[in-house]
This record gives sequence, structure tokens and C-alpha cells, in this order.
Amino acid sequence: MKSRRVVTRLKKALPWAAGGAVFILWGASRLWPEFSFGERVGRSSLGMLLEMVWILPVMFLLVGLFEVWVPRASIERYLGREAGWKAVPWLILLAMLQAGPLYGAFPVAIGLARKGCSPRNVFIYLGAFSSLKIPLLTFEVGFLGWPFSLARVLISLPAFILVGILMERLVPGWAPPEFQASGGNSNPSPKADCAGGPEVHFRREDSSLDSKKSEVFDGSPKEDKP
Amino acid sequence: MKALAVFTAAALLISLAADRRRTWMGIRFGLRMLMKILPALVLMISAVGLLLSALNPRFLESLFGGSGLISFLSGLAVGAVALIPGFIAFPMAGVLRAHGVSTAVLAAFVTSLLMVGVVTLPLEIRFFGRKAALWRNVLSLAAAAVVALVMAVVLR
Repeated sequence: MKSRRVVTRLKKALPWAAGGAVFILWGASRLWPEFSFGERVGRSSLGMLLEMVWILPVMFLLVGLFEVWVPRASIERYLGREAGWKAVPWLILLAMLQAGPLYGAFPVAIGLARKGCSPRNVFIYLGAFSSLKIPLLTFEVGFLGWPFSLARVLISLPAFILVGILMERLVPGWAPPEFQASGGNSNPSPKADCAGGPEVHFRREDSSLDSKKSEVFDGSPKEDKP
Repeated sequence: MKALAVFTAAALLISLAADRRRTWMGIRFGLRMLMKILPALVLMISAVGLLLSALNPRFLESLFGGSGLISFLSGLAVGAVALIPGFIAFPMAGVLRAHGVSTAVLAAFVTSLLMVGVVTLPLEIRFFGRKAALWRNVLSLAAAAVVALVMAVVLR
């Protein structure tokens, strides 16, 4: 029992230790200019940080708005289990129109899953996002040429659809994890609470479904910090 | 990316105009998600900083230079571990090709770079759970290998 607690504590400390290591390496290069590795580490970490500072707020804002405005029924209809193969073109279109690194698509995928997009389609979306984004393709065509890009896109397409199908088999019953505030609020206010918006008629249809899934985690403003 | 930011800003304004309370709820939702993954983000930033400075084009060239299985596998491995944005990775791939790196190795590098993210794994686990994140990466790595092999055959 005790050792497990130590492990979790170590795990929690790891990110901050890694961040500290980067900072120390960078600081060392300040003190001893000949230690250029530290400077490079500092510079690329900063570049990464800046990239994320720019991308993540946009992504999370988008996902937050998606969560409160998009009716569950429509995502379920087009991307849910019953949608079948008709969902794939939508997923690909959605993925192609986006930009940024794959980790930017994680929150979007979770947002889709929370609205009833089936697990298979969530992972097909991730696959499509990773390899078919239009901004990415423009770069690829520019530097590696049309034949390379076209071959990669056409061969990747069945590959990531297969990955999606296999994911559904290998991780049965996958559901997005909850994103509760770590403070541990215990107010499972049902979603119906916030259904005052324009799509009330949608909500009424699926309110039972909705509240079942989102008991732990919803965007209700009531359950603030204790 | 810029278009997405503009789109998000517009969506935010429209949402604010339509329903302030609900907009606030949406923002809170997003923020909570962000807070939950913050430690994983710090880890990722540090790992990328350390890895990117260890990788430079000359090193990659010596690694990918051959045409055998080893350079193919190292293409896959480096692509899987590295997290390089497209606007750096593709110019780099172009340079590597100009220096005679084979299509198979290049394809292995690019596809696994795009589909597999070892460095982002802590983040992915936070979002999708350990099992799903690990399987997705394993399957994607296999898919990248297959795609690269087929590409090598097609583009020969």
C-alpha cells in the first residue's frame, strides 16, 4: 500500500522534475556559455511552450463551446454507432479542416466522444487528423512532392480506418474519462439544468441519455469550489 | 491554425451574444480540461526540449543513410518518439531526401511521426485512459510501418 503511494507521488513529481531539469540545464548554459546543449534544450522547450500557449487555449475554448452548444442528438446521428460508414466522410472532412499538432486533437476527440461519437469513429477521427490535415498536406507537397503525399494519403486512409476498427475491438466499452476539477466536487447536477438554450427541443428528446452519461462531469456553473 | 483561432474567436463572440451564462459554462469546461492535463503538458514540453536538442539533421542523416532494415526501423523509431511540427519536419525530410535517404525510410519517418506520439503519451493517457492510449500508439506504429512499406513499393 505504502509503496503504491510512493509511486503515485513520484509520478506526480515527474513532470515538475523534468521541467526543473530543463530549467537547470538552461541556467547552466547561462552560467557556462560553452555548455550549448543546455541552451538548445531551453530554446526548444520555450518554442514548444509558445506553440502550446497559442494552440491549447484555442482548442479548449472551442471544445468548451462545442460542449455547451452542440446538441448530443446530432453528433449521435452522424457520428454515433448507428451512423455506420456514413460517418467516415464527415470525420475526414472535420479532420482535414483542422490544423495543429495531434495533441490539439485530443480534446476535440474527447468532446466528440462525450456527445455520442462512437469509439471507433473517435479513433478514426484521430487517425484522419494525424495524417490528412490540409495545412500539413500543403507543406508535404511543397517539400516531398505530389506523388509522395498522394501515395501516403491514399495508403494511410484504409490503415487508420483499420486502426479505428481494431481499437473498438481491443478496448471494448471505451468511454472518455471524466474531467472533474481535482477539488472533488460532489454535485451531480443533471444536464437538464442548463438546457435553457435554443436547442431545448433537442435536449428533451435525449435528456435521459444525456443525464445518464454526464452525471459526473458537466459544465454547470453551480458546482464551484467548496 | 490562424483560421482556427479566428473561427474560435468568432464562435466565442456569437456564443456570448446568444447566451452569456452558457458561454461561461463552456469556458469553464475547457479550462477544467486544461487544468487536468497540465502536469502532462509540463512533462511533454520538457521531453520535447530535451529530445529536439538531441536530434539534428546530421545525426538523422547518419541514422537513415543506409537502405537496409536498420535505417527503416530507425526511421520508424525516431518518427514515433520525435514530436516535430510539420513546418520543420517536412523541410527536414526534403533535405534528407536530397541527401539520398531512401523513400522507404523517409515514408517510415514521416508516417510514424504523424501517427505515433511517444512523447505525447502521458497527455494521451490523461485524455483516453492508459489502455486506449497505448493500443492506439502500438496500432498506429504498425500501421505506419505497413503504409511506409506499401509506399516504398508504389513509389519505386
